[in-house]
Parts: sequence; structure tokens; C-alpha cells
Amino acid sequence: MTAPEFPSAPELVEASPALEWHRLDLRMLVVRPLNELLGLVPVLVGLIVLGGGDKWRIGMSVGVIVLVVLFGLLSWFTTRYRITDEQVELHTGLLVRKRLAVPRERIRTVDLTAKLGHRLFGLSAIRVGTGQHEKAGENGGVTLDAVSSQEAERLRQLLLDRARVVVVSTDADAPPHEASKPLAKLDPKWLRFAPLTLSGLVAVGGTFGVLMNYAQELDLRRSAFSGLHDVVEWVTNAPLALTIAVLLGVVLVLAVIASLLVYVVQFWGYRLTREADGTLRVRRGLLTTRSVSVDEDRLRGVEVQEPLLLRLGRGARTTAVATGLGTKGESSLLLPPAPVAEAHRVAHEVLRESESPTGSTLRRHPLVALRRRVVRAVLPVLLLAGVLAYFAPAWAWQAALALLPFAVLMGWDRYRALGHALTDRYLVTRSGSALRETVALQRGGIIGWRVSRSFFQRRAGLATVSATTAAGDGVYHVIDVDEETGLLLADAAVPDLLRPFLERVDRPS
Amino acid sequence: MTTEQVRLRAPRHQVSRKSITLWTLHAVIGWTVVLVPQLVVLLFVDSPPPWQLTAAVVTGVLAVAHTVVMPRWRFRVHRWEATPVAVYTLTGWLSQEWRIAPVSRIQTVDTKRGPLQQLLGLSTVTVTTASAAGPVQIEGLDHESAVRLADELTTTTDATPGDAT
Repeated sequence: MTAPEFPSAPELVEASPALEWHRLDLRMLVVRPLNELLGLVPVLVGLIVLGGGDKWRIGMSVGVIVLVVLFGLLSWFTTRYRITDEQVELHTGLLVRKRLAVPRERIRTVDLTAKLGHRLFGLSAIRVGTGQHEKAGENGGVTLDAVSSQEAERLRQLLLDRARVVVVSTDADAPPHEASKPLAKLDPKWLRFAPLTLSGLVAVGGTFGVLMNYAQELDLRRSAFSGLHDVVEWVTNAPLALTIAVLLGVVLVLAVIASLLVYVVQFWGYRLTREADGTLRVRRGLLTTRSVSVDEDRLRGVEVQEPLLLRLGRGARTTAVATGLGTKGESSLLLPPAPVAEAHRVAHEVLRESESPTGSTLRRHPLVALRRRVVRAVLPVLLLAGVLAYFAPAWAWQAALALLPFAVLMGWDRYRALGHALTDRYLVTRSGSALRETVALQRGGIIGWRVSRSFFQRRAGLATVSATTAAGDGVYHVIDVDEETGLLLADAAVPDLLRPFLERVDRPS
Repeated sequence: MTTEQVRLRAPRHQVSRKSITLWTLHAVIGWTVVLVPQLVVLLFVDSPPPWQLTAAVVTGVLAVAHTVVMPRWRFRVHRWEATPVAVYTLTGWLSQEWRIAPVSRIQTVDTKRGPLQQLLGLSTVTVTTASAAGPVQIEGLDHESAVRLADELTTTTDATPGDAT
């Protein structure tokens, strides 16, 4: 049974035939195969230069390219879109005809993405997101790949403005429209945070994997890399410790270089602006440019994320907590890795607050929580050591025990992260060690509470109080707070919701 | 000398007593899946290693303890309440969880009966909100109270404006 007060979905109107259908931009015919080819360049080079003219393989690649081009042609002929007063409609597919319609008042985000190929031809792909939580592989919105950049910009304004108008009509004292206002832009000095992200290591690992794969495919022995033999020889003759040290050094240097590259490629030209139509807009990218616009009325808070390494370098990034956006995805990113002060500044600018709620002084959780954090960090290590002692040679469990101090440190760090605060408009909660997350959640965006108490939490007088919300992760936890403090916090954050279920009892002191 | 402490009070209504049978059945089914392969090995393999016998005995003792204790403990804990403002539940046994969902934020109200539940005449009422973090569930109501509760909730949500996000 649906609660009918929730606005019922508008019917699929196929009316107004006067409104003409648009096709995607014709240049897309060139661009899409071009993008595919750009991605395949390393493979093609590898095949032609090193493959030694294996005809079968070259034939295969040509076949793939022809298929890609044909596919592009077909999708151009079969794809049409139009924007009516009520909805965005998209017809696509040859064998399986798909008709998508997204009501315009449900549009929450509009993303413009232009890959290198798109940019050469002045095109953009535009993705229209609705307020739904989009599951992996399931596209809740409509993607037009591609239209000309001017058309994309026109559509962006048109579609978001409509969403805005609908909301404004219910909110009389909305702030007056102003021109696009810059909130933050990339400072080249931020590049120093790039090595503190794991992106470099991931990139190096990925490249290494791909290279190894090709090396096997291409039969290295008769290849041009005669230098490689010297390297292999040196490695087999040098002492083990030296080899490991050199290897680590090489990986480290490569990872640093790769992380700088990744940072530049992803965040070059980063700008965060508040547009005249009340949307927050993030633009970034060196080769592939992305523009993400989030309807400000869907914003329920912000999150400042400090992964361990970044935190050691006093850096942080900021993401949006908005309905229809997860916090882990790329589209919720408001600020790339930057100084932590900048992260808090962006947080309060975005929320139109004078002070950053994420930067407010947090109330510590009781010391019993420290015991719980440490026990929970240490127990898995002890278990591992126990299992190893039973099944593996002696050095294994001793090595496992050597991890113990780190586990204690991690527990202590997790405890240090715990904290909460309540400001005029926000509930602030912080937790995590490997990824420390500070969330400021609009009190008005809280749509329910959960209070959970495990057996051990009950004995320690603690509770985990969680606020559920329609935005971001869906639920944000205040972990291991003193039971009474937590309940009073929840009661104060959302007036009258918890009150009827609270009682006062005498307790001997 | 006493001080006052604030805590959550128990929700007003208990679930149906037949829930004990339901939870017992669930536990029995679960443990059978774990125990039967072990017994098969013990009975049909020649000279099984001694630790296998120990494992089977430990599993057996745990199974009996869990099957006897868990349903009764759960029955004492599980409670629910629906006011014009909110739905309020308490569930669990070793770990316990209170959930509160304001009626104004309710999106759907469903009733559901699994095969075992049908056998016992029980229903589950599921109340979802716009949060991705999962619904509020009231398990183990008898059919009539489940239907009545669902109707009540639907009527009250009808009367509340807003888009529940």
C-alpha cells in the first residue's frame, strides 16, 4: 500500500506531438568511436609494434573497431529525446526499444561529462539524475550522450531551473536570485596532498597488472627489452634486503608521480560555484571535464572526510549529503583533497552558515567507549594469532602478535575520533580512524531514529544513536555515546519525536 | 540518595505469543542445516578424526541452548507501539534496537506473511521511510491486528502533508 500523500507519479503523457523530437548531435558518430579508440590506443600500439604482425589478432581488433562504429551509427538512428513541460523523454534502442520519461520536478542533479573526444568536437554527455537512490548498474536517470556543449548548458539551466521553480513556489522567503558566486577554486599548492591519497598506488598497481598481462601475451623473451634481462640478472644476484628496499623505493616514487598525475587529471580547473538558479556546481577535469550540479534544496548536510594519510598531512576533502546522491560516489564531491581548514570553510559556505558546523567543538564520548574500541581492534589480532599458532609455524603467530601495538593505537585513534555536537541547525557526528568522517546533518533532514545497544554496550551504559535520513548514506551514527546523553541529544535534535517514548527513572547513585 | 535517569520506555504492546513457536522453528531449521552434515560424516565415515566428534557435540549443545533461550528472550524484548505521531519498535535479544519513524515521514506500509507465519497465523508489518537504511518492521502480529495497524497507519499518513524526505 502506498501512502497517497506522497505525490503520485505523473502519468506517462505522450501528448503534445507538436513538440519536436531531437536527435543527439551528429558529431557523436565520430566522437563515440573516437573515445573508444583513445581507450584502446595502448592496446593497438602493443599489438602492432610488439605483436609481430599476428594477422589474426590485428583482424580481431579491426573487427572490434568496425563493430564499435556500427553500434554508434545504430544508436544515433534509434535515439531521440524531447523536453516537454512535464518531463524529459528519451527513446532509445533497436532490438529492445526503451522509452524513458523523467518528470521534470523530480530532477535533482544534472551532470555534464566531456571526455577528450567530446571536447575535440565541442560535445558533452548530459546525465539527468532523479532523487532516487541509484543502485549499482541501475540507472535512475536519463543520459544523453552526446549533445553539443551549448545545448548541454542550455538543458542544464532549463532542467534545474524548473526544479527550482517548483520548490520556490512553496517557500515564499527564499533568498533572492544572485549571479553565479565562486565558493572555491583549485590552488596548485593542494597538489602536495596528492601523494597522501591512495590513488597513485592504485594506478601503479593497475598499470603493473595490465603490463604483466601484455608481457605474457606478447612473449617477452624475443622482445626489444634487452635491458630487462640486465635488471632481472641484477635482482637475482643482489642480496634480498637490498632488492626489497630498491623495489619499495621504485614503487614509492612511481606512486607519488602517478598520484600527482591522477590529481591533476581529475581536479584540474576545479571550481565550486553557487549558480544563480540555486544550484551548487562543481567543475573539474583536465582531459575529461565534469560538471556536477546539485539542487541546493536537496542538500541535507555536508561531510568532511579525512582518510588516515591525508589526515596526517592535515588535509581533508568535502562531500555533499544530498537526497539522490550517495556520499561514496564521485558526484557528491564538493572539494578535492585540500587543507583541512579549507574543507571546513567550503562546508560552511555551501551550507550558508557563518561558522562551519563540521568544525564545531565536539563533545567527547565516555572513557568506557575507549575500552570498547580497543577491545574491538585487538580481538581480531588475538584471534588471528590463536588460529596461526594452531595451524602455522611459530613465526606466523609471533608476527601476528607484533601487530598488537598497532591494533591498540588504532583503537585509541578510533576513540579519539568519536564525538558529537548539536548546533542551531545541524547534528554533527564524527567517527572512524582509517577514514575519519565528520558529518553535519540538517536537523530537519532527520526522518527517524535508531538506538541500538549490544549486550556489552548495555553493560557499559553506552548506546549507538543513529539518525536516519533520505540523503547520503541513509543513516548516520553517533557511536558509543553515554545512553542518557545520546537520548537527550536525539530528543533535542528533533523536537517532540522522541519525547513521548522517554521516561525518567530513579537510579541509586 | 537517588538521581533521575532518562531512558527509552518499552513500547506498549507485546507481539503474539505464537512468535515463540515461530522463532523456535527458525532456530531448529537453522541448526539442522549445520548439524545434519556433521552427523552424516560421523555416522558414515570410518574412524572420523576425534575433533569432529567434539565439534558435533559443541554444535549440539549450542543448538539446544540457542533454541531454548533465544525465542523466550526475544519474546520478552520484542515490543511495538503506533501513535498518531510515530511508529516505535524494540527488537533483538543479545543486541537490542529501538526504532522510531515519524508518521509524517512514512512512505509505504506493507503486510507480509511467510509460509511458517501463515501456518501460525502471524504477519509482519513493514513501514518504510525515504531513508536507504532500511524499514521499521513489526514481526509476529496476528493477522487481524496487522491489518488493523496497516489501515490505521495508512489513514494517518494520508492526513499528513509533505513529500517525506
